[in-house]
Amino acid sequence: MTLDCPLPLPAKDRILLGHGSGGKLSAELLRDVFLPVFRSPVLNRLDDQAVIEIGGARLAFTTDSFVVKPLFFRGGDIGSLAVHGTVNDLAMCGATPLYLSAAFILEEGFETAALRRISESMARAAEAAGVEIVTGDTKVVEKGSGDGVFINTTGIGLVPPGLNLSAANARPGDRVLLSGTLGDHGIAILSEREGIAFDTPAESDSAALHTLVRDMLVATDGIRAMRDPTRGGLASTLHEIAAQSGVGMALEETAIPVREEVRGACEMLGLDPLYVANEGKLVAIVAPDSADAALAAMRRHPLGAQASIIGTVTSAHRGMVTMKTAFGTTRLVNMLAGDQLPRIC
Amino acid sequence: MKFLDEYRDPKLARAIVAEIRKTVTRPAVLMEICGGQTHTLMRYGIDELLPEQVELVHGPGCPVCVTPLEIIDKAVAIASTPGVILVSYGDMLRVPGSESDLFRVKAAGGDVRMVYSPMDALRIARQHPDRRVVFFAVGFETTAPANAMCVWQAKREGLLNFSILVSHVLVPPAIRLLLGLPGNRVKGFIAPGHVCTVMGFTEYEELAAQFHVPFVVGGFEPLDLLEAILMLVRQLEEGRAQVENQYVRSVTRFGNEPARRRMFEVFEVSDRKWRGIGEIALSGYRLRPEYAAFDAEQIFGIQTRTVEEPAECIAASVLQGLAKPVDCPAFGTRCTPETPLGAPMVSSEGACAAYYQYRRHVEVAQAFLPVELPS
Repeated sequence: MTLDCPLPLPAKDRILLGHGSGGKLSAELLRDVFLPVFRSPVLNRLDDQAVIEIGGARLAFTTDSFVVKPLFFRGGDIGSLAVHGTVNDLAMCGATPLYLSAAFILEEGFETAALRRISESMARAAEAAGVEIVTGDTKVVEKGSGDGVFINTTGIGLVPPGLNLSAANARPGDRVLLSGTLGDHGIAILSEREGIAFDTPAESDSAALHTLVRDMLVATDGIRAMRDPTRGGLASTLHEIAAQSGVGMALEETAIPVREEVRGACEMLGLDPLYVANEGKLVAIVAPDSADAALAAMRRHPLGAQASIIGTVTSAHRGMVTMKTAFGTTRLVNMLAGDQLPRIC
Repeated sequence: MKFLDEYRDPKLARAIVAEIRKTVTRPAVLMEICGGQTHTLMRYGIDELLPEQVELVHGPGCPVCVTPLEIIDKAVAIASTPGVILVSYGDMLRVPGSESDLFRVKAAGGDVRMVYSPMDALRIARQHPDRRVVFFAVGFETTAPANAMCVWQAKREGLLNFSILVSHVLVPPAIRLLLGLPGNRVKGFIAPGHVCTVMGFTEYEELAAQFHVPFVVGGFEPLDLLEAILMLVRQLEEGRAQVENQYVRSVTRFGNEPARRRMFEVFEVSDRKWRGIGEIALSGYRLRPEYAAFDAEQIFGIQTRTVEEPAECIAASVLQGLAKPVDCPAFGTRCTPETPLGAPMVSSEGACAAYYQYRRHVEVAQAFLPVELPS
């Protein structure tokens, strides 16, 4: 039975797991519940981070909660993920990440040794990313009210003067660049989940992307937007950019890199790598004459060694993403309707 | 990827397409039965590659789509019963019944779990002897042996807290019905490769002889389907009506006899209602009387009322190949995968949903358009 399909969404009187999927239901929750009451022009931009000006400095400001299950997986754990996720949200607007907060919601009975392991992993990830964890909070809920540990991190960073990356900036003719293989994180999580035990060596790509972003921005000033395709995968990220910029996207299937083990797992489980989560990849929308320079800079960086140009921004099919298949035919790439896999980050 | 890339090679695909173009001289309306095949055709855009004489219409072979609303309502009622764990394949969780669906039951506190194998349902039953565990057993002949096996195993172990809600349907009776309809346009069939892996293809030989229509047992990769189409076109051009096997790496004439033996120990043929088509005589399986203790319908004794499908839905015409999904005025507007009016829009393997996912040309990203805020 496949899961990569536009399945019916149930009525909206209760929160479903799909509301946390980063797909259509998440977008509807924003549109119907949060945005109308919070009424913030900055929030309404729906970028991965807010950019606000305080005393002449332009601050990037973002927050993210982590509920991944299992807590430890090949290539990372909830602690390193909580650092990378927030660092990356800051990095996607070109900001230099500076400070993080860390808030823990712990379940009664959770092992202190595991918490120590997670904290040490966070510390290592923060040090490697050059950010400092400067404030935090701890709450404990009754046994059964949580699932071991949930972590929230909030981050601030400095945006260089004059830099305005936004998912609303894509223009027809721009190129779509992807920094590496798709689906590594989602498949790594899935292969460790209880109940679905199968033998794939997939490893999470969880990584901090800000130095890759810095190298790209040094190489060219033609970068218009960047996003990290986490929940909902590449397809959802490109839909967001297409909708926010009022453009279409045309992808080349053969240009999109996917690891063999990830393809194999997706075939077995009926998943589509386009919708599987990544935690160490970015998509960049780049002006046509800057695409080669940006690509070269990405490939020089260890996290962008397999970068490629995967498509073009078009004026046709506004708000839609199409893909030229290996057969030369064209198909639509839909937005993820329900949840493909819950609690992957 | 070995054993997959060979069947997705664009160069070989072009060669087969060229051969089809060279061979075809007259209109060939072909139907693939299986929803998995529909999905591949749409995903790879195979229909775009074919000459105009070859028209593909999409059969009723999506088990999720043809499961009647009444059965889904029963699953919802069972899952809402205290102390029950309802276990299902992922697709069925999201299919709307007449009033609710299994995801909503889960959100309201019901214990609904998704598995990839019915044997996992059995494991859950062993782990929870104090709970009643019900597996929602849907599918064609393909999934029937595994579903039968878990009931057989449960009986052997005396796992009396385990039962299954059966909604099994069979392919040949549906083809027989389609071929007998007065407006039938279908001139050749791609028979379902996975079904034939279990059943073999002697049943299709009877159909081919009776209706003088060719069949080719086809696989699920793009080259499988192109080759099956070529074989059908050749038969039509030569005036033959035989059963040929394209999917030789999986299917033999007599199929998997040990699997069928176990299956018929547990199941017997019965009448079934198909969503979008209606009642078809002897078109499904039910549990044999000696397995009544594992029959969730009997254990829970839930009565549901008959539910009428919306009049606007043209599912019957789509499933007979008389209309394309995009011919329906409700397609992509009043009828979407989120709010399906009828069977073929329900799951990704349904013809309408496959068109919606890969082929429609309407605005899709409404949910992300900037919100107009009250000033």
